[in-house]
Amino acid sequence: MKAASLVPQKDQLADLFDKFKTEICINDSPYVSNLRFAALNSFSVNGFPTQTAEEWRSTSLIDSLAPEYNFYFEPSEEKIDVDKIFRCEISNFETLLFTQLNGWYVYKQYPLTEFHNGVIVGSMAHAFKIHPEIISRHYGKIAHIDNNGLTALNTAFAQDGIFIYIPDNITVEKPVQMVNIVNTGENLFIQPRNLIILGKNAKLTLVYCDDSIKHQKSFINACSEVFLDENACLDYYKLQNKDNLSTVITNSFFNLEKNSRLNTNTLTLNGGVMRNETYVSLKGTGAEAKIYGLYLVDREQHVDNQVYADHIAPETTSFEQFKGIIDDNASAVFNGHIHVCRDAQKTEAYQSNKNILLTDTAHVSSKPFLEIYADDVKCSHGATVGQLDPEALFYLKSRGICDRNARMLLMYAFAGEIVNKINIGVLRERLDAMIIKRLKGELSICDQCVLHCKENDMIKFEIDMSKV
Amino acid sequence: MPLLEIKNLKVSINNKKIIKGLDLCVNEGEIHAIMGPNGTGKSTLASVIAGRDYFEVNEGEVLYKGKDLLSVPVETRSREGIFLGFQYPVEIPGVSMTNFMKTAVDEHRKYKGLPSLTAVEFLKLMDEKKKMVEIQSNLTNRSVNEGFSGGEKKRNEIFQMAMLEPTLAILDETDSGLDIDALKIVANGVNKLKRPDNAFIVITHYQRLLDYIIPDFVHVLFEGRIVKSGGKELALELESKGYDWIKEELENK
Repeated sequence: MKAASLVPQKDQLADLFDKFKTEICINDSPYVSNLRFAALNSFSVNGFPTQTAEEWRSTSLIDSLAPEYNFYFEPSEEKIDVDKIFRCEISNFETLLFTQLNGWYVYKQYPLTEFHNGVIVGSMAHAFKIHPEIISRHYGKIAHIDNNGLTALNTAFAQDGIFIYIPDNITVEKPVQMVNIVNTGENLFIQPRNLIILGKNAKLTLVYCDDSIKHQKSFINACSEVFLDENACLDYYKLQNKDNLSTVITNSFFNLEKNSRLNTNTLTLNGGVMRNETYVSLKGTGAEAKIYGLYLVDREQHVDNQVYADHIAPETTSFEQFKGIIDDNASAVFNGHIHVCRDAQKTEAYQSNKNILLTDTAHVSSKPFLEIYADDVKCSHGATVGQLDPEALFYLKSRGICDRNARMLLMYAFAGEIVNKINIGVLRERLDAMIIKRLKGELSICDQCVLHCKENDMIKFEIDMSKV
Repeated sequence: MPLLEIKNLKVSINNKKIIKGLDLCVNEGEIHAIMGPNGTGKSTLASVIAGRDYFEVNEGEVLYKGKDLLSVPVETRSREGIFLGFQYPVEIPGVSMTNFMKTAVDEHRKYKGLPSLTAVEFLKLMDEKKKMVEIQSNLTNRSVNEGFSGGEKKRNEIFQMAMLEPTLAILDETDSGLDIDALKIVANGVNKLKRPDNAFIVITHYQRLLDYIIPDFVHVLFEGRIVKSGGKELALELESKGYDWIKEELENK
């Protein structure tokens, strides 16, 4: 078993790379190897981000990086039947389901599934080996490593993840669901790397779930590059339901060509330290990005969303809306940055971040930010931080509704605005139920994927939310 | 035993005395109208009964069905049959009327030891009550009061009252801002809901409403006290003469 255990630090990681170079680079083309070395150099200079950097001011990785973690350089030989630890129980939610276990793509027969219409879905490790020409056209092209230590580290060490290739004019009818499970008896540091490519007029719905099953410390440093060619259309739902010992960092880079449409929704239900960086590059005229997010945090949890929308071409549109409910001693950060280049005339960019603090010790830091160099644009931004409206609470209670349910109705209504933007009905309903459970503080008892909750009889909510 | 008995009630907000020794007795089957100039404590009285907590009760007691009401939580008061029709109903975006009313009705039923209504039963009930208060629009998918016109909001209050069938309903200027048709609908709602075992307190500025809701008693609230009580003819007298003669009467005492 090729593995090592260490406290992740800059120099130790460089040594680790040297020691396991053969394993790490086993599937590399020279192009990918060169990228790795460049990334490792960049990481050796920058290291892990610290709070001295402006964009990391409110999020600290010190505690997350303190313990010793295990690094695996090949998949576990132990045969785990993924179906046993995890089962899809959503009826009518038919997806093309793919799984990663502890950072490695799990497959029964084929590491890469190639469909008759040219669609390829499967293991990134095998894509490195089998499709070097696609890799060299897209891989590492938009995930910038210069100012981003974690993306650099991921690029240096990345071995596996999900690879999706949709050729021109192909619509994938069923949603593709990627479940990333951590299930280990030991501390684990994993760095999934995903590459998603949509050709011209291609269409895809992707549901990406981060879950953990056993309670051990894990550090996930994931990086995704997503390409939308002309007229392509992607719905990308990201669900994060990790245990409180998890650190999850995701860096997602989107490249939007002419008239392509991106709809992304990041729903953070549970986790220890979570940071999602989303970079959307609106490169082609008429491209449109909807970037939504919801975070529900309590206890000592911390969530940080960084969104960078770069309007490069004219007539591009971005809608950004993030909402959060912060309870107990939890904290949340939102940094939204809209950048409109000089040539990006007729840009429309809207940004909104709304937060509810449920306690005096909950904390939020919100920074909506516009940087505009064009003169014919429509842009707006705004942030609010508040409590549940006491007038609304009184109104509900004056009709006989108890304090708990009155709060629940208001929180659910607040969160509902983001959940309602999910286009898959079954997924939306299921998430509705999960959010109610989360708001009731019942979700942490089942640290299962939001879509694969093992309880058959869901706890009945006093409030019947069924859309009668 | 009176349904509601208020004895020498004194209430202040931020040390400012609003209600200064108020007595009121409401029996089952009665309709009481409370009138009076602005700023005399009418809405405060309604709020005290409904259970708002931003003021201080300095003295006196409020008994409901013979028991102390002031120590009872808001939601329990509602389940015990008290209903406040708000002067300014609150807009609650994202909370649908259906979820709101279903939750409220279920909590009332639970309190009484009754099982929850099924979705079908509930919708039937909603339809029935909607007809009663002549609401045509589809409430189910609308958020509570959001985007409702002034008249719709007030009608929605009466609708909620019809759903919860209170024993004691206080309507706080439900007629203000209503055109004559809406006023009739609101009044009709009250008349249909009136039973020998419940009571209404109607707070209003205008005698107009009392053409449609015939009160058994009319009280004049002035400077935090009920200074005059009478039958429905008192309202007519107030309408034609204003409040000055009452002030004079008080000064001459």
